[in-house]
Amino acid sequence: MIDIKRFMSGSAFIQPIWVFVVAITIFFSIMSDYFLSVGNLTNILVQTSTIGLIALGMTYVMINGNIDLSVGATLGLAASLSVGLQDYGITVAVLAAIATGVALGALNGLLVWKTGVNAFIVTLGAMIGVRGLIFVYTEEQSFYASNFAFSDFGASTIGPIPVLAIIFLLCTLAMHLVLKKTGHGRNTFAVGGNPEAAMDAGIRIGRNMMINFMIVGFFAALAGVLLATQMGASTPNLGRDYELWTITAVVLGGTKLTGGYGSIMGTLGGVLAIGVLRNGMNMMQVPAFYVLVILGVILIAVLIIDQQINLKSFKGVQA
Amino acid sequence: MSAATVTQASDAPGKAEAPILSLVNITKKFPGVIALNMVSFDVRAGEVHALLGENGAGKSTLMKVLAGKHKPNGGQILLEGKEKVFDNPKRAKKSGIVLIHQEQSLVPEMSVAENIFLGSLPKKWGNLVDWKRLHRESTEILDRLKCSFSSKDMVSDLSIAKKQMVEIARALVFTPKVVVFDEPTASLTDHEKPVLYDIINTLREQGVGIVYISHRMDEIFHLSQRISVLRDGEYNGTVNTADTNEDEVTKLMIGRSLEFDHASKPKDFGDNMLELRGLTVDGMFRDVSFSVRKGEIVGMYGLVGAGRSEVAETIFGLRKPSGGEILLDGQVAQLRSSHEAVAQGIALVPEDRKDQGLILGMNCRDNMTLAGLETVSKNGFMRPAAEKTVYDKYQQAMKIKTPGWRQKVGNLSGGNQQKIVIGKWLHTQPKLLILDEPTRGIDVGSKSEIHALIKELARTGYAVLVISSEMPEVLGVSNRIIAMYDGKVTAEFDGDAVSEDALVQAITGQYVTSAGKPDDQPAA
Repeated sequence: MIDIKRFMSGSAFIQPIWVFVVAITIFFSIMSDYFLSVGNLTNILVQTSTIGLIALGMTYVMINGNIDLSVGATLGLAASLSVGLQDYGITVAVLAAIATGVALGALNGLLVWKTGVNAFIVTLGAMIGVRGLIFVYTEEQSFYASNFAFSDFGASTIGPIPVLAIIFLLCTLAMHLVLKKTGHGRNTFAVGGNPEAAMDAGIRIGRNMMINFMIVGFFAALAGVLLATQMGASTPNLGRDYELWTITAVVLGGTKLTGGYGSIMGTLGGVLAIGVLRNGMNMMQVPAFYVLVILGVILIAVLIIDQQINLKSFKGVQA
Repeated sequence: MSAATVTQASDAPGKAEAPILSLVNITKKFPGVIALNMVSFDVRAGEVHALLGENGAGKSTLMKVLAGKHKPNGGQILLEGKEKVFDNPKRAKKSGIVLIHQEQSLVPEMSVAENIFLGSLPKKWGNLVDWKRLHRESTEILDRLKCSFSSKDMVSDLSIAKKQMVEIARALVFTPKVVVFDEPTASLTDHEKPVLYDIINTLREQGVGIVYISHRMDEIFHLSQRISVLRDGEYNGTVNTADTNEDEVTKLMIGRSLEFDHASKPKDFGDNMLELRGLTVDGMFRDVSFSVRKGEIVGMYGLVGAGRSEVAETIFGLRKPSGGEILLDGQVAQLRSSHEAVAQGIALVPEDRKDQGLILGMNCRDNMTLAGLETVSKNGFMRPAAEKTVYDKYQQAMKIKTPGWRQKVGNLSGGNQQKIVIGKWLHTQPKLLILDEPTRGIDVGSKSEIHALIKELARTGYAVLVISSEMPEVLGVSNRIIAMYDGKVTAEFDGDAVSEDALVQAITGQYVTSAGKPDDQPAA
């Protein structure tokens, strides 16, 4: 009984979104013969790994009470750099791409910290500006990887499982542990829950926020590089709208836009919910435009249900 | 049980006048708790009926039932003899029951008039706001309350006391039959209170029934005609104010008699732990000098806005001094952030628990360890066992009442919340403990516990600075008292030998010669 209450209020290890993930998985398994095959399930993991990796970092930033709208552009820039700089060697190209992502995150964080301007505005500016940088750098050209080692990596597997899926799951585990078990994770919740109280407790809230922006920058760049290895190429428009998909996944996973609440396990559920829905509807040959409509409706429906549950649990509070 | 000596509300002697409002056998259950058990309570027109009880006794819950915010599991509400069911706050308001909130619910970016008529703005020509009528009617209400500000002032520009006036003005729009005041003086200073009392008396003379919830005995005895007491969710009797005294009421409330122990103040002092030399922050306070010794409790007394909290924040590294210096343990300290202040052994229990002291969505344990994560973590990773040990230690030492460490602090009573904040700081093992309004909005029982705790801490060697606007508190705990007025230290007193009059004069500017005329007359 108590466990059910903790579960519904989202404070347990497993988040309510997982009920939904399990439900749609069962639904699509019945509707499609191919859905529940190992090949398709790993396929879902690979498809969702791009959004999923960014969502890991976005969870931290959103628990902090901030948001990062520039992740899609950062992804695009990192992808272009990782392909475009391959004349200097793959290692250099990849490291440069990821360092760029971290640096852009640091810049976002520094601006939010030092100027006090809302993260929404700062990263909205960054989203536009960084996308501009991609066009400056690529001159509106797509790049193709000439080194096959790069594009082979995106398709490689360990046993039956794609490497990209393994990277995503390992990163998820690491981010879960850092959030739950470290002082940085605890401070991230405190800063988002009540910045003033966190500052009064001697927590360096600016530093905490900046590190989290760097983390999301890192994951956006990593996602960009891995996406480029999947395609063996990069395009200047890569990553458009990804910030919205990422935020959708994080919010579906129970993280609050106001900060202070959230979990990596919830985010994983949110990412899989989107991935399974897209994949499953694809298998059922639902036209792509309808898929978008259905996803939009589901996002709002889930949040309404979530709010109803939370309202109920608030009413139980004795004043 | 002492309830036997008092009369029951339903058959109170004296005036046979029918009550304007009766609550009969109200029961309210929350999951796992019976918040109200068969509580009965009534108010007559033209009386102030005080409702007393410790935090968690069910006062606020009872009032929320009355205001339609909670649905009772049993019992009746009778307004002018007719049974009413309030399933939402709007219906209660329309019937003439208005709740003046403990926490203010104004829109700061709007004018006073807009706030007063929020949700019921006068309209003309269909759906356009009738600004003329809005301001005329607002001004009428403000005049009735003898308010000094204009209906066109922005709420964000008003002081806390004036905001409260707006809150009360808002209640008058509905020509209420019953007005409930929930801890109305919690954020008022001593000299602002008479204004509130006048308003309450005015309303009473106009035949409004008033429910007055407060922890402060002096107010209750000053204002009320009858007193009802709740204890642990149960009705514990009603007494006529004229026939009783503070002791009897306290006994009804907490089941024991309560005394302030002025003799128990710490006595052994060490060297200066904190010394301020001409500390100044432009626009806030200037030339503030005083010291706090190890093992000593220094009280800082003054009105809200005198600069007391700002001095504390500057010591704590949150504000940059524009002049003067801060010495910690004899060394000049340059603190650029709260982080550095904590590292130097300073702890600040802030004025506003909910906004500054606690992460309400976090559980008790995590709030407790928040300021000292280094001691309960290894290589950046938390050690849950060590955290639990810390929590248990302070939970037991301070008798914090919680269902368990997993409880979110937002669900605790004010007294227990404050103990969590204090525990958080004790865990950092500070050398200087600053407490800003340590017992604001806390019930009498927890209040004396916290006072005893403060004295105990000083005896064990902490240097303690207590900021307060409550005279009994300052007098009850301080070895020395620093009085502030208008950003300046006006006087320093021996905490055992100062008269109340001298203190009042010092904080209302009568000692100030250089700062010009004081704005306010001291409370006589």
